[in-house]
Amino acid sequence: MYGTGLAKGLLLTMRHFVESYVDDIRYGFRKYHHATDNFGIRQGTKTKGVITVQYPDEKVAVPERFRFVPFLIIEDEDHPTRAGKDWCTSCGICAKVCPPQCIWIVRGNDPNTGRPVPEPEAFFIDIDICMNCGYCAEYCPFDAIKMDHDYELASYDRTTHHIHDKEKLSKPNSYWRSIAPTRAYEEMLARGTWEHKDAAKEARRGAASPRRSAPRPAVEQPAASAPAKSEATGPAEANAAPAPTAEGATPWTEDEAKREERRRKALERKARRAAQRGQ
Amino acid sequence: MDNPGLAPEKRLDATTVEEAIAYLRLEYADVVSTDDREGYQGLIVDSKRLVQIARVIHDDLGFDYLSSATAVDYLGAGDQMEMVYHAYRTSGGGALVFKAQTDREKAEIPSLTSIWRGADFQEREAWDLMGIRFPGHPNLKRILMWEGFHGHPLRKDWREAYYEEDQKPFDNRWPGGHVHRAEEKNVFGKNVTYPPDIDLGRLMDSSETAVYQSLGLGVDVERIMDKDGFETNELVVNMGPHHPSTHGVFRMVLTVDGETVTSLEPVMGYLHRNHEKIGERNTYLHNIPFTDRLDYISSMGNNHGYVLAVEQLMSLGRKYNPPTYRCEALRVLMVELSRIVNHLWAIGFWLNDIGAFFTPVLYFVQERERILDFFEAVAGSRMMCNYMRFGGLFGDLPERLKSVSNLTNDRVRDYNTMQFLTEMINERIPRTIDDLERLLTQNEILIERSVGVGVLSREDAINYSAAGPLLRGSGVDYDIRRADPYSIYPELDFDVAVEAEGDMYARYRVRVTELRESVRILKQILPRLEATAGESIWADGKPGAYAPRVPHGEAYGRVENGKGELGYYVVSAGGRGGSSNPWRYHVRAPSFINLTPMGIMSRGYKVADIVGILGSIDIVLGETDR
Amino acid sequence: MEVNLQELNKTEFPVPAELENNIAITSLSELYNWGRRNSLWPMLFGLACCAIEMIATAASRFDFSRFGFEVMRATPRQADLMIVSGTVTKKMVVPIVRLYNQMPEPKYVMAMGACASGGGPFKEGYNVVSGMDKYLPVDVYVPGCPPTPQALLHGMIALQRKIDGQSIANGDDVPWYGVGTAEPTPVPVLGPDIIDPRQMDMIRRQAEAAATDIASIGIRELPAATQMVAARVTADAAAESETSPVSQDALSFVLPTGAAPWAEAEDIREKRKLRALARKALRATRRAAAAEEE
Ligand code: SF4
Ligand code: SF4
Ligand code: SF4
Repeated sequence: MYGTGLAKGLLLTMRHFVESYVDDIRYGFRKYHHATDNFGIRQGTKTKGVITVQYPDEKVAVPERFRFVPFLIIEDEDHPTRAGKDWCTSCGICAKVCPPQCIWIVRGNDPNTGRPVPEPEAFFIDIDICMNCGYCAEYCPFDAIKMDHDYELASYDRTTHHIHDKEKLSKPNSYWRSIAPTRAYEEMLARGTWEHKDAAKEARRGAASPRRSAPRPAVEQPAASAPAKSEATGPAEANAAPAPTAEGATPWTEDEAKREERRRKALERKARRAAQRGQ
Repeated sequence: MDNPGLAPEKRLDATTVEEAIAYLRLEYADVVSTDDREGYQGLIVDSKRLVQIARVIHDDLGFDYLSSATAVDYLGAGDQMEMVYHAYRTSGGGALVFKAQTDREKAEIPSLTSIWRGADFQEREAWDLMGIRFPGHPNLKRILMWEGFHGHPLRKDWREAYYEEDQKPFDNRWPGGHVHRAEEKNVFGKNVTYPPDIDLGRLMDSSETAVYQSLGLGVDVERIMDKDGFETNELVVNMGPHHPSTHGVFRMVLTVDGETVTSLEPVMGYLHRNHEKIGERNTYLHNIPFTDRLDYISSMGNNHGYVLAVEQLMSLGRKYNPPTYRCEALRVLMVELSRIVNHLWAIGFWLNDIGAFFTPVLYFVQERERILDFFEAVAGSRMMCNYMRFGGLFGDLPERLKSVSNLTNDRVRDYNTMQFLTEMINERIPRTIDDLERLLTQNEILIERSVGVGVLSREDAINYSAAGPLLRGSGVDYDIRRADPYSIYPELDFDVAVEAEGDMYARYRVRVTELRESVRILKQILPRLEATAGESIWADGKPGAYAPRVPHGEAYGRVENGKGELGYYVVSAGGRGGSSNPWRYHVRAPSFINLTPMGIMSRGYKVADIVGILGSIDIVLGETDR
Repeated sequence: MEVNLQELNKTEFPVPAELENNIAITSLSELYNWGRRNSLWPMLFGLACCAIEMIATAASRFDFSRFGFEVMRATPRQADLMIVSGTVTKKMVVPIVRLYNQMPEPKYVMAMGACASGGGPFKEGYNVVSGMDKYLPVDVYVPGCPPTPQALLHGMIALQRKIDGQSIANGDDVPWYGVGTAEPTPVPVLGPDIIDPRQMDMIRRQAEAAATDIASIGIRELPAATQMVAARVTADAAAESETSPVSQDALSFVLPTGAAPWAEAEDIREKRKLRALARKALRATRRAAAAEEE
């Protein structure tokens, strides 16, 4: 009969409409409460309704492999020997594999000898060209450049904001471990140590002479167990990894504070290293 | 199409490709020779008698489907221009590759549009980008750039405004990489160069008039004369390039008589991003993420075609490890998932075009998001997957599709990968397809809008080199996964979707069937993934090099992508050790070539049907314009 | 609505003493901004890959209509916001500028993705425009290739914040209430290469220079000449930006890196306020002078 097809379709739309609200009823007022596990279900394969993510009050967390713009890893502040030091050795591979060629690296040179030192003097990524392909992170032999998960980068002015220099690119190793614990763990296995390759080598060399053997294992032990634990306990643990923020604070204020903090740290680091160089 | 004149025991159109080549060599020894350059294949035909030989290839030998026709500039390596044609039989089998060469300065090769109409746009592209003239072509105008643009950009000696070096990686990035923006180095602060003889006083924007002229209209658009000089009531209507139903920045110039379309001229190039020029500067590896941006709805399929082409080339060399079984299975998994995404998107937006505004799209996007979540967790990005590598993949499936909280208010999800996949493939996607059918297949309005509209006959579909659902919707049983199989498709059990009617509804039904067949394939992939769990995705256990050397030669890798046959023609012209950058990198884009029959498909239908017909072809502009 | 005059009068702008009780400018601005920012209708037009993510953002999972980006209008006449979602090619920039000119004020431009912001991965291509801001004033840049739907939403919220930071008391913020008709952005011409009419003079000079063989047009070969010309270009650009409406504070204001964009809005607002004060003072002196003359 003419019209049955239409009616069937309309029934289906009706069903979709109702299904979206079944979910609301199921969770009641706790729908957007972050403590319940309902988000995973609502955004998973099980849900039937059409459900909106209430950005910015709730955000879909990104998976570990997610790639946005790259960042450089530097050693944590509390690292005993290499605090604030770059992991990057300015080998230039990332600049070579970068498809749109948006990485610029100035290789560091020892001011006294003029020989290259394994540390970049300057490092730039033009995020107006970067295609977020992840090659730099994939092919970096020192695990020194990684893809960031922070996608909230909108700005009013690209001339000053969109070429990321080394200061803006640098983030501590612990940050990488917090945003991608599993991958950091896999990389550790591949490297054989939580330390930077060179540092590990040096430490091995140092271990022969008794002077510098102490710090390495002390760092390695707790760090090695952390991601293993988070694997076992699942999302709750991972959720807790970055510093939790006070509930109710708007994301912008928080974000800004975080960035402010990061900047301050970077400046401090810089100052300290300048002082070290000066010595 | 048998051949009474020659009548050997075996019919000519049933010979193998090798036999066909031998036959041509024998019969036309004076104008046909084998291409014996290292790693090359096929025949070189004297361009003076190209049309005659092509007719033999088409009529007698039965290679009725011209897949790709493209030009290569051999500057410094013979200094000639070369047109490369890949012809296939719709009954299946490999390619008959033939080439015609011409001088660089006065490049001229006879047009083959009289034999394969599908050569139309491809020859126009070769004229536009390479500057080869095609005598006999009915409308040899620029197609991607505008009329009046200076030079033919794909020629090897043509340099763009931001030219730095011939090949990447550029030297000034490391070790002395002082950052600059390219526009800062250009006097005009923009991506432009002007020929020294530019005369601003007599500057005219000729790009528009050219478009109208190619329709047979005078420059004066107000008064339209038909061919005999009578004034008619026809009206020229421009749709696009920012029309909401042209699926991007595509433009059609219609001549309408009342509501009826009398002629239609597709105008494209509004998203011409110079993919091929950049691709020739890039290294082989650099091109993979660029292929993502061709058909950005199904980037996995684009990756696949390109890695197949380069793997073909690499297999010519000594050190080559074919991908492992698990790698192939993962590739097929990804490609079929993107086919589902692609068809859902295509059907959704086609419905938008014919009036079912946004309800179906919203349902399908909801499903697409689930699949994209999977891509994001596995490959790192929702759309630009950049997942495949030569001889392998970016990475194996992660054990869990887990997200990690990183920003404030982040909500975390955590699923078991295989369980997620199983649920998607066994429950969610089939359910969506059922819903789709229930919503649409019997819908009376849909049927009335689409049955008998936009008809493309079987002969035309083949002759115009239509591909994918457009070809199969016209009753041609041609699916590259079956006709010229690659990867592990031979061992998978699925049917090729064919509908004979050739109208919009037939294409819709082909897509729905393909959705179901994709699910069927995915269901076979799941046990294969489980069986190979733990196996490496790399033949030698470790990821490939970042700068592979590719041996000298040419390759044409083609896959059945959601939109149709996606082919990559890659030429490697390295020295003895091979090359690290392709000499020529050409994309045979289904969305581009499928537009060739757009004109004949829409003639005689109403303006409101045109958007539907375009939607039923399913184009994506990233690929059309490249 | 209960109107607390005392509250309304608490404006950041200097109010002459005699008008103190009649002015409610802050709140009016707020109302005005509230209206503008919650009904930003984007134009329904996509350019490239980023457009797909824009559609995904418009779809039910992310749904930007929650922020008042309610309806996408296919006609520029009904749109407030142009989301430049993808690669801008030379061929396409012509219609884009035309569309922009057809949009009624107040209008905003958002550059979505690396391509629209600064050229993106295809920047080196011969047909690609290195950023929408080469032709149109851009309000918000959303980096990423493509920006995920959430990144786009973040950019939209950033735009709303920017609007929040504006005031109707400030002529620079609401140029559309100025005198006379607004100048349309000149539409580029497709010649041998794309020609921006604003650059005609410079191109002519270059052509003349080429004719007299001082410099060829492919400037890269002549670094010395380039510098000379480049200096002139910068001077030109500076002179141009003096007069053109494009030169918003956001473009000339150099900020410390790393701050959230709304923090900049604060700064910009601060600067605007200072300028408003200065203008007011100027006007006051003029008035005083006029009065004296009388
Ligand atoms: S590849 Fe890694 S170590 Fe080498 S320059 Fe790049 S970031 Fe530094
Ligand atoms: S992500 Fe890709 S484009 Fe971006 S800097 Fe790394 S290699 Fe270059
Ligand atoms: S920024 Fe990336 S995703 Fe967006 S249009 Fe450009 S290439 Fe495509």
